Amino acid sequence: MCQVDEEYNGQLEHRGAPRVSKKCVKCKENTAVLIIRAGDAFCRGCFKDYFIHKFRAMLGKNRVIFPGEKVLLAVSGGPASISMLSQVQEGLSRDAPKKLRFVPGIIYIDDGGASGQSMEERKRAVAQLESVFRATNYHYHIVHLEQVSSLPSSVLEAGSSATEKPETGLSYKAAVDHFIQTRKNQNQHSDLSVENGQSHLSSLSMQEVQNEVTSPITPEHTQALQRLFASVRTLTAKEDLLHTLRQHLILHTARTQGYTKVMMGDSCSRLAIKLLSNISLGRGASLAMDTGFSDPRYGDVVIVRPMRDYSSKEIAYYNRMFDIPSVFIPGLDTKAQDKASIQRLTESFVTKLQTDFPSTVSTIYRTSEKLHTACPPQNTNTQLSAKCLLCVCALDTKLGDCIFHLNCNTLIT
Amino acid sequence: FLLPLGLTHPHLLFGSVKEHHVTLPNQSEPWDMKQLLVWIRGNMLKERPELFVQGDTVRPGILVLINDADWELMGELEYELQDKDNVVFISTLHGG
Repeated sequence: MCQVDEEYNGQLEHRGAPRVSKKCVKCKENTAVLIIRAGDAFCRGCFKDYFIHKFRAMLGKNRVIFPGEKVLLAVSGGPASISMLSQVQEGLSRDAPKKLRFVPGIIYIDDGGASGQSMEERKRAVAQLESVFRATNYHYHIVHLEQVSSLPSSVLEAGSSATEKPETGLSYKAAVDHFIQTRKNQNQHSDLSVENGQSHLSSLSMQEVQNEVTSPITPEHTQALQRLFASVRTLTAKEDLLHTLRQHLILHTARTQGYTKVMMGDSCSRLAIKLLSNISLGRGASLAMDTGFSDPRYGDVVIVRPMRDYSSKEIAYYNRMFDIPSVFIPGLDTKAQDKASIQRLTESFVTKLQTDFPSTVSTIYRTSEKLHTACPPQNTNTQLSAKCLLCVCALDTKLGDCIFHLNCNTLIT
Repeated sequence: FLLPLGLTHPHLLFGSVKEHHVTLPNQSEPWDMKQLLVWIRGNMLKERPELFVQGDTVRPGILVLINDADWELMGELEYELQDKDNVVFISTLHGG
């Protein structure tokens, strides 16, 4: 029989401050400064090691990035993507043990036109980000969302892999050799061994010849974009449209500039929210691709998500502790109500649940890891007519488009 | 007593100023975090208080650091503030 004993009430409500400061669970010496997951307290030094190690482990475990490959980093200015950028710098730096070996480029998509920002605000944000990018010495691209109108329709098709895909039975090492061989055959004139490639690119950036800030956009373009977004009635659909257009721009840039991989900065928390929102949006069939580590739907360009193991808290804390500058750019849903869109509602739901049940996000994340498709039907073997026009995933309905995109299409036209 | 207050992201709600130095009025019992939040809500938040505080505590998704340490290690709302303590609020959310 349960009894509520009067004496206990007072003590239960009072969560006392810890008298003795906690020690780091790893080194057991220093004072802990941060709690992550469900109760692991780390000190500053151990946290830094843990954070850096996780990035390299993520890339090492899922071996999809080949040495010397050109990788496009999609940076939105937010904490997760800026953190990803700093981890890439960390991993590529000369003194890193077993340093990563690929050739990075950065892309930033300026979507101020869609979220109603003025030209000055956008210029200011771009200038702030440019100074961050210049400090990395990587080649960078600033692309305005308005340029969507000038994209070729080939963006809507999955390309075939630039290198013929070796049999999946091959080991990683053999795949790397194959990759290097294919590239050597393609590049007969320039000698692009890894070190040369990197210094070549960095010398280009220094000369400011290749850094692409695309031509200024006209107010007509911005108005056309605003009309497009205004014709979409709900914030849910707007957010989804924005996401789709961004993907297209990134893909196009990657293809025209020779990048074969794109790194997106989605964190664990963000992906958990995305998973649940996507189910609500009717995108359950493509969950594995939308939230998995690698997204092969475009064929020639593979999207990877190396930050998917980091919670928002870890990222925020690391950025704060080690002075990684992130730029706040107001978006479509800044200061929006909780119920303004499906995505916002899901975010609010998951975040609230997480405070009381700290394993919420990691449980969702672990479930998403198990969502593999045995033999991905979403590859180039599927006929083009059987893929959704907008998201390039295999159709899961018998109608002309995925149901959700059917709605989206009718709203736009 | 004096308290530097830092904000990332929620700064939009505080008139876009990221750093504030705050002097709290003297009182007999020491100030704790709970009271600080009430004070901030009353005196500093320019708009949309529900995007920052919810009930007694901060909105889920806002990280609080006291002297660069996670407030969960310091007792969260029960922590008693000391002079010159540095409190930072970081939003990890999308819409704020």
